[in-house]
Amino acid sequence: MTVNESVPARFRQGDHVRVRTAYPPGHIRTPYYCRGHTGVIERVCGAFPNPEELAYNRPGLPALPLYRVQFNCRDLWPDYQERVDDVVEIEIFQHWLEPA
Amino acid sequence: MNFDGRRHHDMGGLPAGPVHLEEHEYEHWERRVDALMMLLTFRKPSHLRGDELRQNIEALGPALYDELGYYERWMHSVTQVLVKRGVITLAELGQKMEMVER
Repeated sequence: MTVNESVPARFRQGDHVRVRTAYPPGHIRTPYYCRGHTGVIERVCGAFPNPEELAYNRPGLPALPLYRVQFNCRDLWPDYQERVDDVVEIEIFQHWLEPA
Repeated sequence: MNFDGRRHHDMGGLPAGPVHLEEHEYEHWERRVDALMMLLTFRKPSHLRGDELRQNIEALGPALYDELGYYERWMHSVTQVLVKRGVITLAELGQKMEMVER
């Protein structure tokens, strides 16, 4: 496997995605508070080694597509009091996302 | 792990009160821990990635995670990595700790 090898991107800008509802052990960069929630792909950031593997000093290859995903704050926190159109953008790796 | 699946360190999105924006001084040992981490990180190939630094910190358990300060947690993690990689031995670490305490 070469260093440049990466998993093909499954999503594009504007796609609606749902974050997997999963609670695995280890180093997980997908915040707890967005799991199970639906957002929109704001951009494709590129492909990067899997941090869940890097955390154990393994190469994390093939690289995984990383996306910036936009969530509405009121979807994440039902009691959110600020502007209705406030958003949070979170960078999430592809294996945490499914089509919504 | 809490009963709802949230791990202790994963505190994003929880109520946390106001953010304190004022600057504060670092102690000399904290600067040294930072420097050590930089040296380990920027070496090619690096001895340590940020993800592994975090993994070791997240494995501390809730009590110790809260009890230790920011750079104390880094120090714990860096020590784990240096011992695991064979850069230092536990004997060397023990001797040095005795020296510092004296």
